[in-house]
Amino acid sequence: MQFQLPYSGLQWSDLPYVLLGVWNTLILTLAAATFGTLISIVIGWLRQDVPVARVVLAPYVDVTRSVPLIIQFILVNSSFALAGIPLEPLWVGVIVLSLYMGVLTSELVRAGLGAVRFQLKWASRSLGMSYWQELRYVSAPLALRTFFPGWIGTVIALTKDTALVSVVGYVELLRASQVLINRTNEALLVLAGTGLFYFAICYPISLYSRRLERTFQHD
Amino acid sequence: MIEIENVRKSFGTLEVLKSINLSIEKGEVLCLIGGSGSGKSTLLQCINGLQSIQGGNIIVDGTNVHARDTNLNTLRQKLGIVFQQYNAFPHLTALENVALAPRVVKKQSRRDALDLAREHLEYVGLGSKADMKPSGLSGGQQQRLAIARALAMKPAYMLFDEVTSALDPELVGEVLDTLRKLKESGMTMIVVTHDVAFARESGDRVAFFDQGVICELGPARQVINDPKEERTRQFLQRVLH
Repeated sequence: MQFQLPYSGLQWSDLPYVLLGVWNTLILTLAAATFGTLISIVIGWLRQDVPVARVVLAPYVDVTRSVPLIIQFILVNSSFALAGIPLEPLWVGVIVLSLYMGVLTSELVRAGLGAVRFQLKWASRSLGMSYWQELRYVSAPLALRTFFPGWIGTVIALTKDTALVSVVGYVELLRASQVLINRTNEALLVLAGTGLFYFAICYPISLYSRRLERTFQHD
Repeated sequence: MIEIENVRKSFGTLEVLKSINLSIEKGEVLCLIGGSGSGKSTLLQCINGLQSIQGGNIIVDGTNVHARDTNLNTLRQKLGIVFQQYNAFPHLTALENVALAPRVVKKQSRRDALDLAREHLEYVGLGSKADMKPSGLSGGQQQRLAIARALAMKPAYMLFDEVTSALDPELVGEVLDTLRKLKESGMTMIVVTHDVAFARESGDRVAFFDQGVICELGPARQVINDPKEERTRQFLQRVLH
């Protein structure tokens, strides 16, 4: 039988555990950003171009935007458990964060599409382009330029929001570091290290976005 | 041939076109003149279905533009239109601007569309600007680009909606030269313009619009040099002096 001593110091063997946390954070961010963006494109487009959708989607948009994420995690987790289909913590995170990201980002999609001058749409349609051709070749590429900087900001925020999924038992980076702090009592060191990992994830995203924005600016 | 029969158009309670009758023959250049808000631009937008109408018919080569079963996307390929604001696609190069519709709408191969685009840029004198984005072009160049883009769809009719009004005076000439060249090639054109001199010299007929009606219609020189209607006379006096 093995006993874990209280306050045993940090060891190299803790690294795989931290990396597991990093991995889980990355997986969750990637899944939520992907699904969230897909949802946002559909919702943003619907809300911009289909008047009925504005009314129908309003409750979803308002609730998701106004209720704190941490409550949403617990509600979704408990609802599924009560319904007899308990979900893996990862899936709770993916569902809640995707829907949340979808709503936040749909505003950016809407703003992007709304920023395209209607005269450009007229010019496209007058050349014989259909609604979809105009959207695909003119409005969407132009909307992307408005959409992109805000989207990057949302993805970075999302990366950090994944930390909240720990409330339903998902061991992501922050949760992993809390476990280590409890054991080692080296809060400052562990948190500094954890912050560094978050930085290492988010900073390349910012760098990449700045480069992309510069290419857009040449247009 | 374009036939316009009793066309009425209103925006809310504001009646912009009140029973317009007009027909444009193949090969003709018809200039529409008149004050701001007289309805001439709106009429152009109605002709290619960008605006709905509240009464009457517009028939283009036998097709009723506003009939429910008319495929506007097909019909519009016949009706090139160029607007006051150049409306070049800002994310595409000049060449791509012109090649886009032939490729997407007419399903031409990329290479054919680019060849076609080059040919039309050449035609409007922008051969050397093919790889530039619109932001790098002057207003006059952007307007010629818009003309090339419309021509690349090989339309039977060209509609020009105050294409020189947004331009600096010294850039007007190059755009008008393109219009003259197009007239010489036999293109059927409806030109909304404030440039009375251009209308007199290049128009076959001129229609003077006033408050949503055609006040006077006749041979270009006659309408401008010797108008029959008092309102036409007053308008011309204001713009010529």
